[in-house]
Amino acid sequence: MKPVKRRYILKFPPQSGDKPLSYVLVKDYDISINILKAEVIPGKRGNLLLELEGTASNLKKGISYLEKHQVECIPLDKKISLKKEKCINCGNCTAVCFAGALTMNSKTWELEFNKDECVACELCVKACPLKLFEIDFHNGN
Amino acid sequence: MSKVKTYFEINEKIRRGEAVVLTAEEVAEMAKTATPEEIVEKVDVVTTATFGAMCSSGAFINFGHANPPIRMEKIRLNGVPAYEGLAAVDTYIGATACNSKNPEYGGAHVIQDLVDGKDIILEAWGKGTDCYPRKHIKTIINKETVNEMILFNPRNAYQNYNVAVNTTSQTKYTYMGTLLPNLRNATYSTSGELSPLLNDPEFKTIGIGTRIFIGGTTGYVVWPGTQFHTTRTKDENGVPVTNAATLAVIGNLKEMSSEFLQAASYEKYGISLFVGIGIPIPVLNVEMAKRVSINNSQIQTSVLDYGTAGSPKLAQVSYEQLRSGEIEVNGQKVRTAPVSSLYKARKIADILKSKIQKGEFLLQEPIEMFPTNTSLKGLLEVDVDEQGGEK
Repeated sequence: MKPVKRRYILKFPPQSGDKPLSYVLVKDYDISINILKAEVIPGKRGNLLLELEGTASNLKKGISYLEKHQVECIPLDKKISLKKEKCINCGNCTAVCFAGALTMNSKTWELEFNKDECVACELCVKACPLKLFEIDFHNGN
Repeated sequence: MSKVKTYFEINEKIRRGEAVVLTAEEVAEMAKTATPEEIVEKVDVVTTATFGAMCSSGAFINFGHANPPIRMEKIRLNGVPAYEGLAAVDTYIGATACNSKNPEYGGAHVIQDLVDGKDIILEAWGKGTDCYPRKHIKTIINKETVNEMILFNPRNAYQNYNVAVNTTSQTKYTYMGTLLPNLRNATYSTSGELSPLLNDPEFKTIGIGTRIFIGGTTGYVVWPGTQFHTTRTKDENGVPVTNAATLAVIGNLKEMSSEFLQAASYEKYGISLFVGIGIPIPVLNVEMAKRVSINNSQIQTSVLDYGTAGSPKLAQVSYEQLRSGEIEVNGQKVRTAPVSSLYKARKIADILKSKIQKGEFLLQEPIEMFPTNTSLKGLLEVDVDEQGGEK
């Protein structure tokens, strides 16, 4: 099976630091892990942005393993939004998007947002002069 | 002798629905295979446009008199301060005005809300006079209740503008967007070959009285814009290689649409207003045909370091390079990004083209031409106390 790449925001409960969860993902499910962003607030919560690469069925098994251990796994594209209908295509967000998720179409000069490239750095949230981005990395649902 | 056309002849063709109108991008493309002599034969009008953040924008409003009347000496619109030194119930709300308690909502937002027909809270105070006894009023206004609301922008539509970069190790927050440290991005604002004053760099057709598209309606160029500078360094095509001339423009705000007038809030900088402006340029003669044929590879601009005092110039690049997504500065490849909307500018150029084709928009010959030998002064600081300190 062809490997696929998917980005997830993982939300860890406060008492989850004692298990080597990512080790299990690698060893038992053959998933390659790329940590794009991490935030740990001791005693409260931990948030991770991971890019997981593996076969679709292994990814599914890996995610359900994490969820069994009270780690919430949310596909990144569910946590980022752009109010596209209000966008004027000025390009200010593309100036700060070093990840290359936000680009201008070089023919139509409309904004294109490839969420698969997003690393949730949140620079666009502030750079947009119309405040059209929402990225929810820190909060629970 | 090559063809020469008059405003009268072109307007007659527009009235008959026979005028040939192209956008500045279309004529730049045409010029790759046609000579200026052929273009002046074939094309009557070229439409240009821009949709960028223009801080020097604002609106005059007349509220009408309340009963009993008040001489407004302090005015707030949705909490945003508006100018109070203009008769009893006239004001000017500047796009960049804001209330420090709510820095993301400013004058530009008040202007956009008015255009959108939204209610605005007007609160005003006066000392009370014999003819204006009232001292305070708090009420609701909107575009239907006010007598006039007129967009008057002292400085818009810059002829060229510099590219912003940042060589320091700190992020800089500017009106040119967020500039990442160590030359990690470059931002530019002009619509290049579509930009009005780059297609008429010597102001042969754009002057006082020129009829334009502004904010979705018809308006006028009323004066050279503030900081009007005609003696900047020019390239071999006679086009300035940095920000130079500007336009003062006016239009009826009641007729405008927020599709072409958009409030903006820049992180750690402040408020501005995106203004959509479209200007038709008549192809009167070969010289104008040559001017409107200019393309992005022939327009140069300066790359300035916004991180360093005095904004030193680091490089000179063309709009073709800027649009490619990458330029070279100090031997380093730098990613580029626009901060004005070419998408909207093209829309405006197309709308104006279609209005002229349908005979709905006639060209107005300038009543007076712009000056051609102006420069800029800085602000001198003198020791006021030492000079006598007269008040």
